[in-house]
Amino acid sequence: MSSSVATPSSPQQDPPAPAAPTTTAARTAKRPGDVIFSGLSIGSGLLIFLTLALVFIFLLIRSWPAIQTSRELTGNADAVSLVQYVAPLVYGTVLAALLALLMAVPIAVGIALFISHFAPRSLATPLGFLIDLLAAVPSVVFGLWGGVWLVPRLEPLFFFLNEHLGWIPLFGGTVSAPMRNMASASVVLAVMILPIITAVTREIFLQTPRLQEEAALALGATRWETIKTVVLPFGRSGVVSASMLGLGRALGETMAVLMVLSPGETFSLRILQVGQHNTIAANIASHSAEATPDVMARLIFTGLVLFVFTFIINAIARAIVSRTTKS
Amino acid sequence: MAQAINVEDLNIYYGDFLAVEDVNVTIQPRSVTALIGPSGCGKSTFLRTLNRMHEVIPGAYAKGVVEIEGSNIYGNGVDPVNVRRRVGMVFQKPNPFPTMSIRDNVLAGVKLNNKRISRAAADELVESSLRGANLWEEVKDRLDKPGMGLSGGQQQRLCIARAISVKPEVILMDEPCSALDPISTLAIEDLIHEMKKDFTIVIVTHNMQQASRVSDRTGFFNIAGTGKPGHLIEIDDTERMFTNPSNKQTEDYISGRFG
Repeated sequence: MSSSVATPSSPQQDPPAPAAPTTTAARTAKRPGDVIFSGLSIGSGLLIFLTLALVFIFLLIRSWPAIQTSRELTGNADAVSLVQYVAPLVYGTVLAALLALLMAVPIAVGIALFISHFAPRSLATPLGFLIDLLAAVPSVVFGLWGGVWLVPRLEPLFFFLNEHLGWIPLFGGTVSAPMRNMASASVVLAVMILPIITAVTREIFLQTPRLQEEAALALGATRWETIKTVVLPFGRSGVVSASMLGLGRALGETMAVLMVLSPGETFSLRILQVGQHNTIAANIASHSAEATPDVMARLIFTGLVLFVFTFIINAIARAIVSRTTKS
Repeated sequence: MAQAINVEDLNIYYGDFLAVEDVNVTIQPRSVTALIGPSGCGKSTFLRTLNRMHEVIPGAYAKGVVEIEGSNIYGNGVDPVNVRRRVGMVFQKPNPFPTMSIRDNVLAGVKLNNKRISRAAADELVESSLRGANLWEEVKDRLDKPGMGLSGGQQQRLCIARAISVKPEVILMDEPCSALDPISTLAIEDLIHEMKKDFTIVIVTHNMQQASRVSDRTGFFNIAGTGKPGHLIEIDDTERMFTNPSNKQTEDYISGRFG
């Protein structure tokens, strides 16, 4: 019975077998699953490029009226100068993001090290979970919290800094309550970007090869020395890329800044003085609702600047990461 | 500087699990002691208790007495960090610090503990340690190149140089040749012969020929079955262990009847 089933099928199977050396390669390359999957993944990859390009084109087209009528292009002294309009906003955006990063990164690295290397496991797991949760809190909630709760509580600190360290330009100027200033806004931003930086750096620190840590311990390194000689060098590029993620978020953050900062458009370093700075994102959000077509085009132009700016910062971050991982 | 090690009633645990039971052994100074036995018998675990590296694993601990130079390293108030500065260790896989140059790798142990040493003293220490590890001639022209750029065998000798640079009394080696090719293995074995002039060496190995080549004394660990604790079955002069062991289990293992 079995042989009668086998014989009819064998002539059908035989022909491909001798020809196998020439056809298997072509045949394995064309399995439908592979074709569909590679098509899908290539398509998804291209979609990213397409989306980015479309956003860029949209921004360019919609901001074109502003560019066209700007003082820079027309040479007309009465026209609005785009450079003069955008520059303080760029300055404010970068200042807010850098200050936030300056405050958040050391704390984030500290928390990440605590979770990965110091806390007992019974504490590390819930703490890590909590950090992840914090990363999911909407920015408008941080904004509310910052504006209503944090700002009044920062008053004594800011008065103190102004009084005793006022000779440093950063803390100089006239300081008055409510503290709707750059310092408050960047503190709220720092709190916002803290979870994402912590979460990424913690993952990196946890990946430190066990053998490397044991090498340091076996030499008689204390826990801190182990971290200094092995964990931090290993995690350096991860800390940089986590910081850049945080920076990207801080640059584009809208609601938290809008709800805390009282805007201005100077290039002042005085982060304690109210009404000095504004960020691109907050400026767009506060003006877009009642904007005339002219103003709208100008706002979209600032959006274009922010877009290009974040792009450049990410490219720099990539370069730093790839250089540190290579060496 | 080499010191005898005296182990009394040592029980080694992973949490609730008793991994190695009741080890009693004396290891002579300036000798090489090889530990052999089937996988999972606890020989590496035992080795790691000699410099208190065992307890680095969460939940792991050891009970008993391990005396080096007459003082119990498991005594009250003994800082494991200080123990590890006196007892060096070489691992299964070469693990030089990847971000450091060859020179900095050798000096890593000395620079811990915030010790400052002069440039000249550092140069001298780098040379003597690398010479001690038979690596100096191969790397003297590229001391500032990363340690990871060396071959596996050279990396392992760099790790030995790093371990001896802090002038320990005892050096523990946990299968130091298992990731190396035969030529590199030979280089390490030659090195072990030279090093026993200055150090007390304990080496764990899966390779019985290696144990018979490098060691003065050999200890055999065995395990009765999975989940049971390992025991030190027998320890004796290497020649005697491989020709005329007194225990039947040792004989079976050495003649290849199991393991």
